[in-house]
Amino acid sequence: MTESLIVLYGALPYLLRGSLVTIAVVAGAMMLGLVFGIHLAVGQVYGGRWLRRVIGLYVWFFRGVPLLVLLFLFYFGLCSLLQINLSAFTVSVIVLGLISSAYQSQIFRGAIMSLPQGQLKAARALGMSDRKAIALIILPQALRLSIPGWSNEYSIVLKDSAVAYALGVMEMMARAHFVASRTYEHLPLYFAAGFLFMILTYLGTKGLRILEEKVRIPGYSA
Amino acid sequence: MADTVPILRIEHMTKSYGEKVVLKDASLSINKGELKVLIGPSGGGKSTLLQCINFLIKPDRGRIWLDGTEIIRAKGKELYAYRQKVGMIFQDFNLFDHLTALHNVQIGLVRVKGMQAKAAKERAIHELDRVGLRNHMHQYPAELSGGQKQRVSIARALAMDPEIMLLDEPTSALDPELISEVLDAIRALRSSGMTMIMSTHQIGFAGEVADELIFLEKGLIVETGPPAKILYDAEYPRTREFCSKITELYANSSS
Amino acid sequence: MNELFFLQPDIISALTRGLWVSVQLIIPSSLFGVIIGVTVGALRVYGNTAIRAAGDAFVLVFRGFPLVVQLFIWYFGLPHIGIYLTPFAASVLGFSLCSGAYQSEYVRGAFLSVKTGQTMAARALGFSGIKTILFVTLPQAFRRALPGCGNEIIYLIKYSSLAYMITCIELTGEGKIIASDNFRFTETFMVIGAIYLLLTSVAAWVIRRLEGRLYIPGFEQYS
Repeated sequence: MTESLIVLYGALPYLLRGSLVTIAVVAGAMMLGLVFGIHLAVGQVYGGRWLRRVIGLYVWFFRGVPLLVLLFLFYFGLCSLLQINLSAFTVSVIVLGLISSAYQSQIFRGAIMSLPQGQLKAARALGMSDRKAIALIILPQALRLSIPGWSNEYSIVLKDSAVAYALGVMEMMARAHFVASRTYEHLPLYFAAGFLFMILTYLGTKGLRILEEKVRIPGYSA
Repeated sequence: MADTVPILRIEHMTKSYGEKVVLKDASLSINKGELKVLIGPSGGGKSTLLQCINFLIKPDRGRIWLDGTEIIRAKGKELYAYRQKVGMIFQDFNLFDHLTALHNVQIGLVRVKGMQAKAAKERAIHELDRVGLRNHMHQYPAELSGGQKQRVSIARALAMDPEIMLLDEPTSALDPELISEVLDAIRALRSSGMTMIMSTHQIGFAGEVADELIFLEKGLIVETGPPAKILYDAEYPRTREFCSKITELYANSSS
Repeated sequence: MNELFFLQPDIISALTRGLWVSVQLIIPSSLFGVIIGVTVGALRVYGNTAIRAAGDAFVLVFRGFPLVVQLFIWYFGLPHIGIYLTPFAASVLGFSLCSGAYQSEYVRGAFLSVKTGQTMAARALGFSGIKTILFVTLPQAFRRALPGCGNEIIYLIKYSSLAYMITCIELTGEGKIIASDNFRFTETFMVIGAIYLLLTSVAAWVIRRLEGRLYIPGFEQYS
């Protein structure tokens, strides 16, 4: 028991440095997913028939294929096929980001469609182009409504990021396993990693709740 | 009235959804400073006509002239410029829910007209003052009453310096006790010389302020004329029937 | 010959073998997942304080830990306390518990969404507590829980690929082997991806059909 604790104590700084890698992967993926997801959602709501169909296929693909398979496909397959040299870290961010963009787009799409039609009409009536109306009127409201869904998506991407271990990214899970296989203290280390993930989930969702409260519009509910 | 060239003229405006014709060959023209009121049963095409005028609904057919210039390409910059000159008031206000009253008025000035934020703010405050809401400028739509919301939306439209305003049943979504404050604002607009086309069920108000009433039914302009004629001496039986029913209905409620 | 790579008998048999293992992982795991989900979900609504707290703790941990961590605990961790599981058994255990924790959230929400007036009306007719749950609450809650629980099963199909990480050679694992042996990563993982896509799409279709079958006019599916 004490031996486990000593190992754990010694490994903790190493795990915590791994949490920075985890945070970087998740932050990158969530941002990529945000930017792509917004565009996909706008395209899916306001785009023409073909655009909507193409986006539908994209969403279907990235929601239907396992993360691990996509990581292998991109890292071992596409990267060498296209002769581009990307690190395992970068590939993990891209793949997690693309998958997340598919899920995020559906969060944003739902939020956009829940807004009253009149918002767009009023913006048009003032002489705004559709682009301006979406950027200035629709998205500021839709993104606010999306925060709870986004928070949920964050907790999923965070946990999924542990799969990046399969490509050798030295995030928390990889480090926990690395120390475990040297010290033979598997259980304490896995539990430590698990609890660190829980703490990151808690901190992230808490932060997003604060954000939600901060940008809340008085009296507004949709 | 002042000018002979109508400020707005529309001809042969037609709109249908599939089989259903919602607007049939509507033509009208309005001179500067006039107020024309569309009356008629719900679903008769009043709202469609108004929304076709600023292309919120794309008409299938029809021509529009503003100030003698025809709007030929209702697209892109030309459309946005045209819409700035045609203010619109909606039945359900459509204030931007994420912006304060002040920012609702300001956003068009800054983002559409390209005004400096400071000048736009001054202008916005001035317009809110005109509708008596200076003290409420930092409140969000959800914190305002229906009447206040509609007055903000009037300020928002006025700030763009429109040449004409379209008002689509501006009091229909209001509780009865809030109607008069909006009607007062419209009266004030009228006496300041604003050109307006308005649809309403407030027949008493229409009779009092309108230069002309336009009776629309089943997408068709049935009859047009001065209030006294339409209300009490209409040519067509359908107009008479509608007017007698609605005066009866609203006799007690409208002030 | 190049184009026919995936038609070679040994490749086909490897893929079929992998797919079969995947199916053997998915079906029991989703069944156990639903059973755990319904049990824990119901206990978290109707249990006493201690039971509810235990249920909450279970859900907190099994939804909070990444699935990979859970699989590693079952496969690499348990031997330290003298329990040895095969990769397959560890995978089914891990999938069932994790999936069950997520399922229980939907089940709990569904139970809570059934209006109190419904149970009151059943009681007034003389239904016992158990009968009320069985004949009134459950049929309504089931419909509300279905979309979420169905989604969870689709997730499970995708997450079954993680069994590869604890050396359970299912579809993804067979794919990895084929790809490495033949240096055909792109094509192989495209094919593997397509098979998963087919599985998830069929599952989604079945669930939608089921929802349609159980549709009650005017009954709100999502609350």
